[in-house]
Amino acid sequence: MSTPAAVECAGLRHRFGQVLALDGVGFEVGAGEVFGLLGPNGAGKTTTIRVLATLLHPDEGSAHVFGLNVRSRAMDVRRSIGYVPQQLSADAQLTGRENVWLFARLFDVPRPQLGRRVDEALVQMGLDVAAGRLVKTYSGGMVRRLELAQALVNRPRLLILDEPTIGLDPVARANVWERVQALREQNGMTVLLTTHYMEEADQLCDRVALMHAGRIVAEGSPASLCRSLGPDATLDDVFRHYTGSLLEEEGSFRDVRSTRRTARRLG
Amino acid sequence: MSAAPAAPRVAWAEAPATHWWRVLPSRLVTFCVIELYRIRHDQSELFTRAIQPALWLLIFGETFTRLRVIPTGNLPYLDYMAPGIIAQSGLFIAIFYGIMLIWERDAGILSKLLATPTPRVALVAGKAFAAGIRAAVQAVMVFALSAILRVGVDWNPVHLLAAVLIVMVGSAFFSTLSMTIAGVVLSRERLMGIGQAITMPLFFASNALYPVHLMPGWLQVLSVCNPLSYEVDALRSLILGTPGNLALDAGVLGAALVAGVLASAALLDRLAR
Repeated sequence: MSTPAAVECAGLRHRFGQVLALDGVGFEVGAGEVFGLLGPNGAGKTTTIRVLATLLHPDEGSAHVFGLNVRSRAMDVRRSIGYVPQQLSADAQLTGRENVWLFARLFDVPRPQLGRRVDEALVQMGLDVAAGRLVKTYSGGMVRRLELAQALVNRPRLLILDEPTIGLDPVARANVWERVQALREQNGMTVLLTTHYMEEADQLCDRVALMHAGRIVAEGSPASLCRSLGPDATLDDVFRHYTGSLLEEEGSFRDVRSTRRTARRLG
Repeated sequence: MSAAPAAPRVAWAEAPATHWWRVLPSRLVTFCVIELYRIRHDQSELFTRAIQPALWLLIFGETFTRLRVIPTGNLPYLDYMAPGIIAQSGLFIAIFYGIMLIWERDAGILSKLLATPTPRVALVAGKAFAAGIRAAVQAVMVFALSAILRVGVDWNPVHLLAAVLIVMVGSAFFSTLSMTIAGVVLSRERLMGIGQAITMPLFFASNALYPVHLMPGWLQVLSVCNPLSYEVDALRSLILGTPGNLALDAGVLGAALVAGVLASAALLDRLAR
């Protein structure tokens, strides 16, 4: 029996009121791949991620994570994923360790392993020294790494990152990239991420799908997408080629507010 | 980046599929412990929130005890109202708990919680009991204040423990009411307005400050439908030893809590959408 793909989506359609957020999205992510969903605000990246994280039922279409239907097997899907939303979502009133402990408990990490697994996740993200400090004293990059630790304490098979480096300074961003790359190299974890940053997609992703107006308009490895436009084309050129002229129209108020709020909290 | 994925070196931890009867208590304990951590890190709120009940007991209680305008049988008025003020302090904490849920939605925390293998009912119940534990800690402070003011508290430890449990369940219910409203109105501003609009009616249409038989008929009907009245009744029985129907009070509070948990759990996805 062949191993199922880490992610399989087919014909996803979803409407928020008058807005068609997903218009027949379909793609596949192989086990162990780092796959990026690129696109401007309002392209449908976060909606797709929310479907895969079992947070949103699409109006039409199907989505599977390691062969499990996200709707009918939602609880099993949740056990196999780690999810980091776009916003800074660590609890500032708790310490780093308490934040990770909370998620270890919510993922039913067996009690005898609990302390070790919490420490392991904190060490993996380089937060062991700061683990006893309140999160409100953390820098933006540390909060992001803490969120990764929260998502990793379950040792997920699929890590879902929604704009993992939005608002971070270049050093903190590079630090998050290194951690994600290390995770993949250490245990072959599948990573699905969304990003605005072409450099990030180029650095991290084996394959990317470019989304625009709720559809996937291009898909392939960053190198092959660049080659398809010309010998000197960059991923930025690919992005502009498929979405450029309509960028000003994209992005709902809620998207923009969320992005700004995250950026503000990061300082 | 195009290096082929390495072979897994860390075995995937297969999280066990857990039955709901194990998940529910596990989540209740988890959220209560997290709330206790929050309280430990910032105790200032406990003291600022104690000011209002202190004023009720010190000013309203002491004055009306001297005036003797509210017939409370053999009980001094201060003793009579103390359980009502304990219940009120829990109500005031819990009724705005939905705002925290909306804040958690805006901060992405709710999405992250909903993406864990936690049934909606267990998540809401966990949050409700977290509100309950905060109210219980607050209640202990009001107990202490009542003792200082020489309220005739029955110091039987079992009764006191039961009283704290009643405060927890009552406050947990009011927090589910708040979370249900949050699921309907979806915005902090609206919830703040509704919370302020219903808090005082809930308080005054209960037996917290005066016996029900003194109320006009229509208010007596409201009082019978008001879970706060049952919470206060139970607290009076346990703290002061007044005759009451503890089983009825606990039953109504328990049933209200179950209904509140189910209603807010049903609206949780709407809030997270």
